[in-house]
Amino acid sequence: MNTTPRRNRSRLLIETLIVVAIAIAMMTVVPGLLNAVGQSFRVGLLGRFMALAIAALGIDLIWGYTGILSLGHGLFFALGGYAFSMFLQLQPPPGATGLQLPDFLVLYGVTDLPWLWKPFESLPFTTIAIVLLPTIVAAILGYLVFRNRIRGVYFSILTQAALIVFFNFFNGQQKLINGTNGLKTDTTYLFGQVMSSPTMQANFYYLTIVLLALAYGFCRWLTSGRFGQLLIAIRDDEPRVRFTGYDPTVFKVLVFAVSAGLAGIAGALYTVQSGIITPKAMDIAFSIEMVIWVAVGGRGTLVGAVLGTLIVNFARSLLSEQYPAFWLFFQGALFLAVVTVLPDGFVGWFKTNIPELVRQLTSKTKISTYPSLENNPDLDYERQVVSDRKSDR
Amino acid sequence: MWSALVDGLFSGVSIGSVLLLSALGLAIVFGLMGVINMAHGELMMLGAYTTVLVQGTLKGTPLFDSYILFALIASFIVTALFGLLLERTVIRYLYGRPLETLLATWGVSLMLQQFVRSVSWEFIIGTTIAIALFMGGTIGIKRIPAKFRDVSTAGIGLVAGTIALQISNALGNMYGLFMTKPWFGAQNQDVTAPQWLRGGLKLGFVDVQFSYVRIFIIVLTVICLAAVYFFLNRTQWGLRIRAVTQNRSMSSCLGIPTDRVDALTFAVGSGLAGIAGCAVSLLGSVGPNTGQNYIIDTFMVVVVGGVGNLVGSIVAALVIGMSSYLYGTFAGQIPVIQDLSKAIGIDLGAQTMAKVVVFALIVVFLQFKPGGLFPQKGRTVDA
Repeated sequence: MNTTPRRNRSRLLIETLIVVAIAIAMMTVVPGLLNAVGQSFRVGLLGRFMALAIAALGIDLIWGYTGILSLGHGLFFALGGYAFSMFLQLQPPPGATGLQLPDFLVLYGVTDLPWLWKPFESLPFTTIAIVLLPTIVAAILGYLVFRNRIRGVYFSILTQAALIVFFNFFNGQQKLINGTNGLKTDTTYLFGQVMSSPTMQANFYYLTIVLLALAYGFCRWLTSGRFGQLLIAIRDDEPRVRFTGYDPTVFKVLVFAVSAGLAGIAGALYTVQSGIITPKAMDIAFSIEMVIWVAVGGRGTLVGAVLGTLIVNFARSLLSEQYPAFWLFFQGALFLAVVTVLPDGFVGWFKTNIPELVRQLTSKTKISTYPSLENNPDLDYERQVVSDRKSDR
Repeated sequence: MWSALVDGLFSGVSIGSVLLLSALGLAIVFGLMGVINMAHGELMMLGAYTTVLVQGTLKGTPLFDSYILFALIASFIVTALFGLLLERTVIRYLYGRPLETLLATWGVSLMLQQFVRSVSWEFIIGTTIAIALFMGGTIGIKRIPAKFRDVSTAGIGLVAGTIALQISNALGNMYGLFMTKPWFGAQNQDVTAPQWLRGGLKLGFVDVQFSYVRIFIIVLTVICLAAVYFFLNRTQWGLRIRAVTQNRSMSSCLGIPTDRVDALTFAVGSGLAGIAGCAVSLLGSVGPNTGQNYIIDTFMVVVVGGVGNLVGSIVAALVIGMSSYLYGTFAGQIPVIQDLSKAIGIDLGAQTMAKVVVFALIVVFLQFKPGGLFPQKGRTVDA
């Protein structure tokens, strides 16, 4: 019994080392490699997709582990993105001092900074808001919904409706957050540097990797302990969890809020790397796409969420370069295939089939202590007799 | 004053009837199988495009004046057949997994959106060849041991796709524009209402014009409701559908072919979506994204109305339609809202806020009635 914690600890150590090694490789080797083959724009894409992978981790927490399907994560993604870009809009360009009104506000003839913008002048507040704003919104929505034991597709539809509501709201508020046009970040300044400059982008690329690794570690920690077991229990049989004396509502609200916070971080990182945030981030399609990243990688496995995001998004950018019309067909087929043929995604497929394959390749070493049922002569005889008897009739 | 009120009521009812018409099929399907069909909006779009096709076909013939009636029938048949196909090929395998069904139907809806954009003779021929080859191939590999089947199926898919792509490309090069020109393309198509539906009805006592198209849609909704009611309550298959809705396993034990009931219900629900799409096409132009504009609202109708209850859907649709219209039109003029808007610096009276307010109301409503207006009675599975 004493060995179990120690073995766990050493496995944990190995996993940490692997994650750190991959992260360092992503920072040093991969950009150089891509630059070498003349695909340097893919480095930027990689950074963005890794930001999306953070959101995918959140989706995996609620969908893969807890069985809650949220179709409204674009909302939290956008909230994070908007929070950060509002901060950036207020930063003065080098040389200028004092309060800087965003250009579009000047265009609309607004002279005073709206109160909503005021807190976003401070970096600490913004940093907290990126995580906390989506978390709070999700917690409120989740509490109101889960409290009444509304779940399953009902919950999915409600999150989707919430998404549409915020989409309309953001679209309509021209004088507050520039409506449909969204907020641009690539021409803004941070610490005296323009955001679209290569050094700034490289910094955010590194930051994304670090945060992705941290988010992975956080989710790993959440799902490995008793909390994780509870989440899985809620997914598999919620009434029974309730009968054993737990209140699933608390845990569901908690995990929904956490995943929203992750989506917020992802939104902020994605926004600065793509240069703009618009209400389009709250498109229905985008939010459902997040689910498919997780599904392709393998739900209920954190590695799957990250891998799935990278695979699907790179497939998308490659395919839509070649055949723009076919991407939607491909994506639709992906939804169908993942649901019907590959319910556990790639990682699940590998997990079930690779050991099998390895065993087949090295079948000589198969130990036959117990004859398997297929080779059991008695059973074969019995089957023969039974089928003979049937054919007699 | 009176005219404004009557106008508001009429517009609210007409919006509500569009909602109801599009939610009707969804509500039946959801009630029966607990399946949310994300492709419902795209089925509506399919119906709308069928209307465009029928209109184009009948142009110049004496039947053109009443093309809308043919279009209604055609849309119903087309979407019902498509729904049947969808149920038999995809949804049947996903019963008991509502979230997966949701994702799968979303995939179907994406494909349908792109389908109407890029459908052309070349495309149709290519797809047919690909499907035929793939089907033939999968039948051919039935004898291959199970462990290689995944890989070989994927391989056959790849080969079939490549061959079909080559053939259709060759055909496109041979026949040129006739083959490659998309039927609809990405741009919106316009449906012009027939002569007798243009203009509006004027009543003496109020200064309001009741547009004929909207009256037509209201009447159509009433007819569809009556037909559905008759079908569910007065026919044998309707009885079976209601039985399966109430208790699937017991119905199955008593010999009701639940399999066929599912297929039939899904087909009827899809057909109703087609009719809704035909009606919607009269209100504005038809595009690949037409369906997307309606799904959320129709889902809300189903959520608020409760499962398996026509009355709930009717009330919910009317209330949602009415309240969003009234709020969008009049909220800007109410002093309290104006003051509040000024105080917090957000324009609460804007038309876009109507959806926000209605959604907030729905969430509040669900606090008191989580099961909708008319929840199913009896001991349900939810402990």
